[in-house]
Amino acid sequence: MVPSKPNVHKQTVAPLPLSQLQGVASPLSPIKLAPFTQWIKNGTPWIWFNAGAVAICLLMVLGLLGLIAVKGAAHFWPKAIISLVYEVPGKDSQSLLGEVQAKETISRKRLEESGVNVDDHPQEFFQRWQLKVGNRDVTGLDFIWVVDEFTQQKQYPENAVLIERREWGNFYGFIEQIIQDGKPLEMAESEFFKQLQPLLVRANQLQKKIHKIEVGQMGAINYQLEQLRLKSKRLQLEHRQTPQALAEIAQQQQQLEKQYLLLHDQLALLAAQAERDQVKVKTVSGNSKTLSLAKVVAIYQPNTFSLWQKIHFYAAKLVELVSEQPREANTEGGIFPAIFGTVVMVLLMSILVTPFGVITAVYLHEYAKQGLITRIVRISVNNLAGVPSIVYGVFGLGFFVYFLGGSIDQLFYPEASPAPVFGTPGLLWASLTLALLTVPVVIVSTEEGLSRIPKSLREGSLALGATQFETLCRVVLPMASSAMMTGLILAIARAAGEVAPLMLVGVVKLAPSLPVDFNAPFIHLDRKLMHLGFHIYDVGFQSPNVEAARPLVYATAFLLVSIIAVLNLSAVILRNRLREKYKNLEN
Amino acid sequence: MLIDNANLSEKSALAARTAGKAIDPSTPLTRLSFASLQDSLFMNSELSKQQPAMTVQQLNLFYSEKQALKNVDMVIAKNRVTAFIGPSGCGKSTLLRCFNRMNDLIGNCRIEGSIEHEGINILSPQVDVAQLRRQIGMVFQKPNPFPKTIYENVAYGLRLQGINKKRILDEMIEWALHASALWDEVKDRLHESALGLSGGQQQRLVIARCVAVQPQVLLLDEPASALDPISTLKIEELINELKKNFTIVIVTHNMQQAARVSDYTAFMYMGELIEFGNTRSIFTNPQKKRTEDYITGRYG
Repeated sequence: MVPSKPNVHKQTVAPLPLSQLQGVASPLSPIKLAPFTQWIKNGTPWIWFNAGAVAICLLMVLGLLGLIAVKGAAHFWPKAIISLVYEVPGKDSQSLLGEVQAKETISRKRLEESGVNVDDHPQEFFQRWQLKVGNRDVTGLDFIWVVDEFTQQKQYPENAVLIERREWGNFYGFIEQIIQDGKPLEMAESEFFKQLQPLLVRANQLQKKIHKIEVGQMGAINYQLEQLRLKSKRLQLEHRQTPQALAEIAQQQQQLEKQYLLLHDQLALLAAQAERDQVKVKTVSGNSKTLSLAKVVAIYQPNTFSLWQKIHFYAAKLVELVSEQPREANTEGGIFPAIFGTVVMVLLMSILVTPFGVITAVYLHEYAKQGLITRIVRISVNNLAGVPSIVYGVFGLGFFVYFLGGSIDQLFYPEASPAPVFGTPGLLWASLTLALLTVPVVIVSTEEGLSRIPKSLREGSLALGATQFETLCRVVLPMASSAMMTGLILAIARAAGEVAPLMLVGVVKLAPSLPVDFNAPFIHLDRKLMHLGFHIYDVGFQSPNVEAARPLVYATAFLLVSIIAVLNLSAVILRNRLREKYKNLEN
Repeated sequence: MLIDNANLSEKSALAARTAGKAIDPSTPLTRLSFASLQDSLFMNSELSKQQPAMTVQQLNLFYSEKQALKNVDMVIAKNRVTAFIGPSGCGKSTLLRCFNRMNDLIGNCRIEGSIEHEGINILSPQVDVAQLRRQIGMVFQKPNPFPKTIYENVAYGLRLQGINKKRILDEMIEWALHASALWDEVKDRLHESALGLSGGQQQRLVIARCVAVQPQVLLLDEPASALDPISTLKIEELINELKKNFTIVIVTHNMQQAARVSDYTAFMYMGELIEFGNTRSIFTNPQKKRTEDYITGRYG
C-alpha cells in the first residue's frame, strides 16, 4: 500500500504551466494599490480623525479656562482714571471722570437709531467706550457709554482719586480737604493723599475692632443668651422649673447682659473714634461731598501708580477676594464665605457619601445573591445617576428638610418652636442631598473595583482559614480602596458644581454667619451657607448692578473651577498612593 | 499491591453496608467506623499499612446536572505524598478542592459521600469551614501572595488566629520561611512587598504562608505549572522536605513530577478514579489499559 504514495505525490506537485501562474499574486510580492486606497486601508485617516477630535476637546477646555481666567483676573488690574469732556451734538456738554472698562465698535446706524446726531462725522463706524464713573450716590449711574468721536480734553489727572467705600460703591473725584474733629487740617493740596494714609489705617483698624466685637464677642453672647432662653423654655416644657434652676439661668442671663452692655459702650466709643476723621471730596462736575473715613476701605491715586504699586494693588485685590466678606449685595468685597461654604459642604458630602456607597456596593457585590432582584437594584442605582439634580433638590426639601428636619425639631428641639432648627434648609440637608445625588457614582465605581480583585486572592485568604468577612476586611477592601477613591473623585466633581438642588436645601445669597465658628458645637449643621455656584448665579443675574458684577462672575467661576480642581487633585493623589500600595497581580 | 478499581468500589459499597451506617454527608459529626473498612479496602496493599489522613468514600460531585466525580473511594496516607494525575477536566482539582471544602464557593455544586479526617466527616454542614481550612491548607496553581509585605503575608493566617505578639510572630514566620526554603533569600527584605519576588519565590512564600498555620494536610493544586524548571525543582525538593511533617496531596499535569515526588499516585479519568496505588507500580506496571495509555502519552 505504501509504494503508490510517491506517485500520487509527484502528480499533485507537478509544476503548472507558466501561463496559469500569471495573474495570481504571490503572497510575498507587494500588492499594488492606488495610493489613496492604500492611505485609507492603513488607517492613517482614522488616526488623524481621532487625534483631531482629541485636539478639539482640549482646545475647548483650555479656551474655557483661559476665558474665565483672563476675564476674571484682568478685572483686578488697576486702570488709569481718565477725565474728559463729553459733548454730544445738540446736548449739554458734561465732564466725566472714570475708568475705561471696555471698548467696542458700533455702526453709524445704531447711533442714529438711538437718536444721536452724527451728521458731522462721515465715517461708517464709531468707537464706543464704557466708563466706570462710580459716584452712585451723586449721579445714580455707575457706568456710562461714551462715543469716542464726541469726547474732548482727554486727560489723566495725577491727583484724581479712587475711593473704595463700604457703601455706594466707588467714588471718583478729587480731595478737597481733610477734616479732623470737625475742623479742616491746614496743608498743601499735594500733601492730602500722603497725609490721608495713616488716618485711613487708623480708621480701618478701628473698624476691624468694631467688627470683631460685633461678630465675635457680641455674637458669642447672643448665642449664649439664645441657648439660655431655649434652656429655660425646655425646662418649662418638661415641667422641671425649679426656682433654683430658674434663678441660675436668670443669673447667667444677667451676667451676659452686663457683658453685653459693656461691649455696647465699648462699641459706641470705638464708633465715635472712627468717625473722627473725614475727608471732603468733590466730583469732576464740582459737587462736594464729605465722607467719614469709617466708611472708606481704601483710597488710591491710580494715575501715579508705578508698576510695582500696580502689582501690589493687584495682589491686595486678589487677597481681598478670597478672604473678605462680600459688600454691596455681593457685588463688591470678597467671596470668602462662599468659598468656605463650598468646601465645608463638599467635605461633609464626602464624609457622608463614602460609607453609604461603599457599604451598598459591598453588599451588592459580595453578599447579595446574584439574581433578578440584585440586577434590578443595580440597574436602578445606575439610573439614579441620570436623574436631574433639581429633582434631588425637590426630594431633599420634601423629605430631608420638611419630614426629617421637622421630626427632629419636634423630638429634640421643642423649645425652639415655632422657629425651626433643622426643619429649615441648612448645611446638613444640603450635604445629604448632594450625597444622595452622588451615591450611585460611588457604588458603581466601588463595585467595579471589587470585581477587579482576582478570585485567586480571595481563595488564598479563605484557604488560610479566613471567614468571608475577614477576607473582605483584610484583603478585598484595602485593595478596592483606590476604586473607592475614584468614586469619591467623581462624586466631588459632580457635587461641587451643583447649584440647582442647593437653592432648595440650604444655600442662600447671603449667610449671616459661617457654618463653622468658635461657639460650641463648632460645626453648625443647621445653618444656611453660601456657595460659589449659587454666588455666580446671584451676582450675575440677581444683582442690582449687573455691569459692575460681571467681572466678579468670571472671577468666581474661576475660583470655583480651581477649588474643584484642588479637591479633585488631592483625592487623585491619595488614590494614586493607594493604587501604588496595592498594585495587585492583575495578570 | 495494586487496587482494581471495580473491585474497590464493590468492596467499599459492601463495607458501607456492613458498617451498617448510611454514608451521608449530612450525618452530623459522627465518627464513622472506618477502621474495618480500610482493612477491607486495601487488604493487599502497602497502603493499608499506612496511617490514613483522609478517607474518601463514595464521593459523587455534581455541578448542576453534570457529574464531575463518580463514586470515588480512596485513602490519603499520613505523612506521605499522594499525587493526582489525569487529563484536563478529569476532576482531580475538583477532588482536591473537596478536601478543604473550596467547592462551597461554587453556587450550584452538590456533593454526596463522605471524606473522613480525624474521625470527622468534613463534608458535614456542621463543620466549621474556617477551622477546617486551617487544618487542611491549600496552595493554588498561580502564586497568589497578598499585596502586603513578605512578613505580613506569612503572618496573615497567624493573625487570623489571634496571634499578634510580635515575638511569637517573628519566631513562627522564621520557622515557616525556613520550612519552605525561602528564609535565606528573603531574610533581609521581610518588610518589602511580596509582589517583588519572582514567581518561584512567590509560590514558596505562599507555601510558607500555608505552612505557618501548621496544618495537618497540604493540598497543592499544580503548584509548579506556572514556574520555570529551576523553580519547579526547588518546589519539588521542598515537597520532599515537607512530607516529614505534613500529609501532602498534589495535583499535577506533569507525570515526571508525579513520579519524582509522590509515594502514591491516583490516575483519574472523566471523574472516575481509574487506578490508585504505589507510584512506582503505577508508572512501571499499570494494571489498567487507560492508565498505561495515559502515562505512555497515547492520549491526554
